[in-house]
Amino acid sequence: MNLTRAQLLDAYRRMRTIRAFEVKLTELVTAGKMGGFMHLYAGEEAVAVGVCQQLGDADFVASTHRGHGHCIAKGVDVAGMMAELFGRATGCCKGKGGSMHIADMDKGMLGANGIVGAGIPLSTGAALSAKLRHTGGVAVAFFGDGASNQGAFHESLNMAANWKLPAIYVVENNGWGEFTPTEFVIPVKDIATRAGSYAMASAIADGMDFFDVYEKAGAAIARARAGDGPTLLECKTYRFYGHFVGDPLAYRSKQEAERWIQTRDPLDRFERRAVEAGLVDGDDLRRIDKQVDDELAAAVAAAESAPLPDPADVARDVYVGDAR
Amino acid sequence: MTAKPRTLLFGQAINEALRIAMESDPDVIVLGEDVAGGGARAGDDVDEMGGVLGTTRGLVKAFPDRVLDTPISEMGLLGTAVGAAATGLRPVAELMFIDFLGTCLDPLLNQAAKLRYMFGGKARVPLTVRTVTGAGMQAAAQHSQSLYWMTAGIPGLETVIPATPHDAKGLLLAAIRDDNPVIFCEPKSLLFTAGEVPEGDYEVPIGKARLVREGNDVSLIGMGATVRMCEQAAAQLATEGISAEVLDLRSLAPLDEEAILATLEKTGSVVVVDEATPRCGIASDVAALCVDRGFDFLNAPVRRVTAPHAPVPFSKVLEQAYMPSAERIVATVRELRA
Repeated sequence: MNLTRAQLLDAYRRMRTIRAFEVKLTELVTAGKMGGFMHLYAGEEAVAVGVCQQLGDADFVASTHRGHGHCIAKGVDVAGMMAELFGRATGCCKGKGGSMHIADMDKGMLGANGIVGAGIPLSTGAALSAKLRHTGGVAVAFFGDGASNQGAFHESLNMAANWKLPAIYVVENNGWGEFTPTEFVIPVKDIATRAGSYAMASAIADGMDFFDVYEKAGAAIARARAGDGPTLLECKTYRFYGHFVGDPLAYRSKQEAERWIQTRDPLDRFERRAVEAGLVDGDDLRRIDKQVDDELAAAVAAAESAPLPDPADVARDVYVGDAR
Repeated sequence: MTAKPRTLLFGQAINEALRIAMESDPDVIVLGEDVAGGGARAGDDVDEMGGVLGTTRGLVKAFPDRVLDTPISEMGLLGTAVGAAATGLRPVAELMFIDFLGTCLDPLLNQAAKLRYMFGGKARVPLTVRTVTGAGMQAAAQHSQSLYWMTAGIPGLETVIPATPHDAKGLLLAAIRDDNPVIFCEPKSLLFTAGEVPEGDYEVPIGKARLVREGNDVSLIGMGATVRMCEQAAAQLATEGISAEVLDLRSLAPLDEEAILATLEKTGSVVVVDEATPRCGIASDVAALCVDRGFDFLNAPVRRVTAPHAPVPFSKVLEQAYMPSAERIVATVRELRA
């Protein structure tokens, strides 16, 4: 294992924060404390963290409607995110974005996105920017299996490969496009093979295994930073909850879900491997669990008592230099 | 500075603005289909096309790394331009004809227009989209539309449409340097018209209409290709003893409401002339403004001279019947005063 103890603890903290954040949201939504459309990332933590732990603030990521995990993995402030989801003025988007548009440009987080596939060209543009401005940065697009059927995906990959952009396209294949099984709508077994059409490097990772994602994403990021062009990285993963909070999950068998959740939970697998390697022990991780839970409780309390946005600001921030 | 007047074609004025913008800011890039257009490869001594209408000719030789031919992928190229704009570049993307919005609306509608707002004011998208609009080249239904009413109706976007080579250059420089996404419309029927264009660097402010001709009896309000029709109509009306004022909107979003109300207050009568279709458009918007905020100034109904609610036809005679004209404007004014 080529990760240090500090890196392992950091990776666990990020994954555990994502999981706890999403579990907390189900409670809050069920209790009627939050509105809007909400799509949870629980189950896919190893993908966001395995990639983003190797990025800095000058590297950009573009995300999806299932974007909380990418935000947390990229270092967006959890209290600011919680306040945003409560629709407060103190939210990271001042209450104007919400779950599907949560973002933080200072952290290189180009936003969750309510349009399937729309983040892919945005990150391609960020990669073009990095290349032409010589920032040394890379850009990552996270998107689902469903988005790989959008024109935006194919157009972007073609352009990025043609221009050798420092881009990484991470497809989170969780087996379901909303309520439709992936194999109903995609004739290829592995989405990674679609890279072949664009003479692009590709790889397949076990998206439930942090270490596998970390290794393969690391190679893709290194390739991008070296000027050797983009990679399509397919991570086979699973969403533990439904498409959205409140999804009755009538379309998915309980056995299938149990199998993934009981045997392939990325946090459990991370813990087993990290502890076996002798670099961390259970006490370290339980300490982090406690810190994460405390941090989230504080974030919820702060958000609940934070001021609401001023209705007079409804048409602010539309334009630079408002109010045209 | 004293600028020396010269005569340039509308397209040449745009080319000059692009060159000045690229010289003055290394973050300005030009990307689109055929914007270089071949001829740029090392060792080739052939000329490049510089876009389907030649507007960007010569730029790739001056800025070889910053003029990017894209594949025919409007969604990909516009989305990439939005992402590049949000992360430090100042792209000028070309959407060859505004009709092609049908293939690529999302990057403008849901991304460029909304990132700043959705992110609580913490993003800026200094993107310019140059696009050719309007009828007049027998390009028919899918290459002749005036869809600027669509972009003008989207909060977060600005939309401008120059009527002269002078304004084409100045408005494009202003658009490129504006920190908001701007849709820059280039009316097809004007691209090869000539006019005085000062040398050097100047900007025409976005959001300011231009008073083209002063008059007292009626206000003719045009934009893009219809400004010239308004001027011709005003000249004809003058021979009939009717004094028409002509206002060129130049900027559709933001709209210079004060200039519209000022000319209405002066003449008491407005005819809006728009090359676009009549429903939900700029002409209707201006008419609504006149009634809403200028009702007390009105001494006649507000009239709109527009294209019919129909696709743009091919045959020359049909295309001419489709477009507004000085004759139709004159007839409308006569009718108002009858």
